[in-house]
Amino acid sequence: MFQIRIHGRGGQGVVTAAELLSVAAFREDRHSQAFPSFGSERTGAPVVAFCRIDERPIRLREPILAPDAVIIQDPTLLHQVDVFGGLQPAGYILINTARTFEDLGLAEFAQKFNAAHLCTVPATEIAMRHVGRPLPNASLLGGFAALTGRVSLESVAAAIGEKFPPKVAAGNIAAATEAYEFVQREMKKEAAGAEAG
Amino acid sequence: MLKQVEGSAAVAEAIALCRPQVICAYPISPQTHIVEALGRRVDAGELTPCEFVNVESEFAAMSVAIGASATGARAYTATASQGLLFMAEAVYNAAGLGLPIVMTVANRAIGAPINIWNDHTDALSQRDCGWLQLFAEDNQEALDLHIQAFRLAEELSLPVMVCMDGFILTHAYERVDMPTQAQVDSYLPPYQPRQVLDPADPVSIGAMVGPEAFMEVRYLAHVKQEQALELIPAWADEFRRIFGRPSGGLVHEYRTGDADVIVVALGSVLGTIKDTVDEMRDQGHKIGVLGITCFRPWPSVAVRDALQRAKRVVVLEKSLAVGMGGIVGNNVSASFSGSPDCVHTVIAGLGGRSITRGSLHRVFEQALADSLEPLTFLDLDRALVDRVLERERVQRRSGPIAEGILKDLGVVAAKIG
Repeated sequence: MFQIRIHGRGGQGVVTAAELLSVAAFREDRHSQAFPSFGSERTGAPVVAFCRIDERPIRLREPILAPDAVIIQDPTLLHQVDVFGGLQPAGYILINTARTFEDLGLAEFAQKFNAAHLCTVPATEIAMRHVGRPLPNASLLGGFAALTGRVSLESVAAAIGEKFPPKVAAGNIAAATEAYEFVQREMKKEAAGAEAG
Repeated sequence: MLKQVEGSAAVAEAIALCRPQVICAYPISPQTHIVEALGRRVDAGELTPCEFVNVESEFAAMSVAIGASATGARAYTATASQGLLFMAEAVYNAAGLGLPIVMTVANRAIGAPINIWNDHTDALSQRDCGWLQLFAEDNQEALDLHIQAFRLAEELSLPVMVCMDGFILTHAYERVDMPTQAQVDSYLPPYQPRQVLDPADPVSIGAMVGPEAFMEVRYLAHVKQEQALELIPAWADEFRRIFGRPSGGLVHEYRTGDADVIVVALGSVLGTIKDTVDEMRDQGHKIGVLGITCFRPWPSVAVRDALQRAKRVVVLEKSLAVGMGGIVGNNVSASFSGSPDCVHTVIAGLGGRSITRGSLHRVFEQALADSLEPLTFLDLDRALVDRVLERERVQRRSGPIAEGILKDLGVVAAKIG
């Protein structure tokens, strides 16, 4: 089982991101389960959503306490919520920011993880270009597909196409695609750096 | 057809396939997505003939369902929590009148303190009202139970409540196999009412009955519930024949064959329990699970048979009979042929508290080691409780408990997650 926890703020499409991810995995004939942390929904409040992907039916209903990947839709949460709580040593981290882990003061923390599993992506900027609104969720799913290879970009795009009307879907698919390519480039740079270093 | 959808959307689609003729509802979390989806279908003309009635309260929702059902219409509504309590008088009337209404209860806690999260207090508060109560383990079963509910309700002329865990199931996206209209039509024939308000053949429904026959009418309600115990497995078998999967029935047994300890529970927590039990089986522990799908009527014989060989029974329930203990636990004890001392009640998940494998391991290991108390509260913060009790001991005006306990915890509002 592969478990993903998505942190963001109310209004950023955190719950939708988990749902889309589950649909993308379903389209690849896998079992998946997406659910939000439940509460009184308020714009701007910290929100968590969860997604599990497995080859077998998923029965577990507990929140994801030991994720294999965390997606952080809003880097201001780093100082407010234990976003990395329980993250597995081989886990993946994808943060929506134009800055680096070092810029965010996470250089030392990042050393505990596989550098090839960590990435930042300016998802909000990408979303502004393609969707016209600061909704980073679709971009981050594109980035997630590139970083982890757990779902394909095609499945993410198909899930987006299923969820939204054609025009909104097209913008979000473009954003996911740009983020996918961005993360792929970052990973190549990281791989080249690792080889050189 | 396999689909990856939200539980509420799956249930709404299943309800639509059952061709309801009157849907009335008053919105309350976490039931809202179900009736919203049905409202959209009626509005789009995808569900005809069907009247969607916006009502002013839950009391009105059940009253409209009663009226609709009495005219021979297939009637559906949904509610949760305080909404179910607000309609309680009409809930009893629907059962007493023998009207086959189907209602989803998206299980949620009852206030005060106000709490929108999941537990089973709402449905279990209505356990003696005369409705059948079915509990879904996952969204596939929630969908399937609604189809079975209409069949059972109309066959017995009794209302059926389908209980699905609020948020945990209603808001979860997972895979479901959506049946075809032809499958549902072959399982669920058009409604043939036993009683109908028809101007061409006038009758009264809802006569006053005095002491001369009230007992007999109530006894007939009990007889019908006993008939349901026969019909539910039969209709589950028929369901399996048409839809190709097991769903519904009275109880589900899981790895109980040689189990020394059997855990009994209702609803979606069964999934987490089964995963925990698998882990404990891998460690060599003889532990199994009994899922109660049908809570009313209470399947006493099925429960007794399933628990026959168990040395210890752990009833894990999301409800509390304040001042007594477990509600499900009490029912299980009454059906257990062994010593009642071997039945342990664990109150868990009240007001949406997460029930984790880690906590379940601890409590099940205690049961295996014969060290589990008769009544325990899973993950109870005893220190927090003691602070309140101490405050009340030293101070007359100790203040409101809920606000005080949040202050002790250092939160200004309920924590999410």
